[in-house]
Amino acid sequence: MSLLTRRPNVLPFEPRSWSSPLRGPWLASVISVGLLTLFAVDAVTGFLSQAAYQPQLGRNSVTGGGLDQALFGWGWPTHPSWLYAFTQGLHVTAGVAAIPLLAAKLWAVMPRFYKWPPLRSPADVLERASLGLLVGSAIFLLFTGVFNIAYWYPFGFSFVPAHYYAAFIFVGAVAAHIVIKLPAMARAFRERGVLRPLRDDLAHTTPEPHTGENSAPLAPAAPTISRRAWLGWVGVSSLGLATLLAGDSVGGFLRKVSLLSPRSQDPGPGPNGFQVNKTAVASGISPQQIGPSWRLALEGAHPVQLSREDLLRMPQHTHDLPIACVEGWSTTQRWTGVRLIDLARMAGVARPQQLHVQSLQKSGTFNQATLNAGQVSDPRALLALRVNGADLSPDHGFPARIIVPALPGVHNTKWVKSLAFRGGPA
Amino acid sequence: MRRLRRGYGAGPLHLVALAVCFVIAAYALVRIFQHPSPIAVVLWLAGAIVAHDFFALPLYTALHGAAGRVGGRDRQLHGRVPVLPHVVVPTVLCAFLFVVWFPLILGLGESTYRAATGLGNGVYLGRWLAITAGLYLASALVYAVRRARSGGARPSG
Repeated sequence: MSLLTRRPNVLPFEPRSWSSPLRGPWLASVISVGLLTLFAVDAVTGFLSQAAYQPQLGRNSVTGGGLDQALFGWGWPTHPSWLYAFTQGLHVTAGVAAIPLLAAKLWAVMPRFYKWPPLRSPADVLERASLGLLVGSAIFLLFTGVFNIAYWYPFGFSFVPAHYYAAFIFVGAVAAHIVIKLPAMARAFRERGVLRPLRDDLAHTTPEPHTGENSAPLAPAAPTISRRAWLGWVGVSSLGLATLLAGDSVGGFLRKVSLLSPRSQDPGPGPNGFQVNKTAVASGISPQQIGPSWRLALEGAHPVQLSREDLLRMPQHTHDLPIACVEGWSTTQRWTGVRLIDLARMAGVARPQQLHVQSLQKSGTFNQATLNAGQVSDPRALLALRVNGADLSPDHGFPARIIVPALPGVHNTKWVKSLAFRGGPA
Repeated sequence: MRRLRRGYGAGPLHLVALAVCFVIAAYALVRIFQHPSPIAVVLWLAGAIVAHDFFALPLYTALHGAAGRVGGRDRQLHGRVPVLPHVVVPTVLCAFLFVVWFPLILGLGESTYRAATGLGNGVYLGRWLAITAGLYLASALVYAVRRARSGGARPSG
């Protein structure tokens, strides 16, 4: 029994062993402002991505038909064309930038994890359980996200539903944490000022007062670094990580300096020399399937079969549009092909409400996709046959691929086999 | 209200906020269990809760001890411009880069990377080493400048 009542006289339970003079409510609060900003960006852009996949249409949903699906069934727009490239680039960049801030925050509050007695009241029990959910889901989200964009899948579960539902746990836990801790944050800023401690150099760095209920040290050591230098160091780590990734979405010169980002390698020369998502070989596409015998099936009021030559004889349109991946990278290219709305009319569907696209690819979650009325009717929405003035390469979807503004990359189906238009004839 | 505070240990807002948190978490778990391999998800979530403690606590303890030992010698040997921060700062920066990008740096998931991109991921180890070397070099240059400005090292004690 004494084991439970008496504090173990060892680190980490001995409060005197936490001696850093920097720790305290002000430091924890100021990091939280930065961290919460990045987490808010991640939550908003993450849930926007779920909406961009339009889980209410066809077999688009990869998270199953939960109650939550109703939240995302509004139609994803096609304007501006860089919308998804922007939101998803922001999502992964903010997530990676949050990693040093989360480490800093955990360091700042760590003595509280080992307070004694560990559980004082029912409120304490519940709050610590919610903190477990908060820390666990935050680390889970950041690292499954990073592993996914690095194409490493050691976890044995499907990434999208796990990342998506862990985000629910995280949002609930972080909201409770804000409600509970806001008074402590307000007090810290009221007592010490929001930015005033940043004026202190090393000589003026004094510990925050220890109350027995906060993370400030009971027995502070002499400082070896000022708070502003420490925070600057955290900020530089965060900005450095973000810069080394941002090139994948910002492109241009930044792509060349983003040396560690997953999509920073040169994909090769020529008009088809841009980032590939899943090669033809990896998708099981054979040369016969995309040879001269390939036909596009249009389904609607008047089903039609078209060869690539038939398609090339139709009016061609050219637009500069991005391929924007859920993994955050994007690349804008000049696409030429036939308008989807022209193909809908040819199939006898003047006002298409939906388009179901099927690929030649036999397996895989994204060998098909369903588009909404706005996406099919947008004059820039193409069945692309050429890119940058040349025929599509097999890796980019030859003989024909979908390209729709602001649509998530994998819904721009490659190696299209059939287009099924649904909606009124006139 | 006073009875809640005495029995529960906090105000009603505390209880409501946590109740909402657990209801949302329970819903998410129910949904996770309607997908394949739910146990793996739960294990990874539980692992993430304890991973930080198992990883960070020994690391901080070790660093704290090392910094205490080296820091004292450092001040004696190098006087007004301590060398320690110039080692610690680049070390932590390249450690963060490694923690985030180790799957690419170590070439893990080579086959999925190749299937997705059409390229190998063998370049990342060299790139990370080059960045690490660059960070230490930059830090050493800053140290040299600071030391020259302070008029050379003078033992302080």
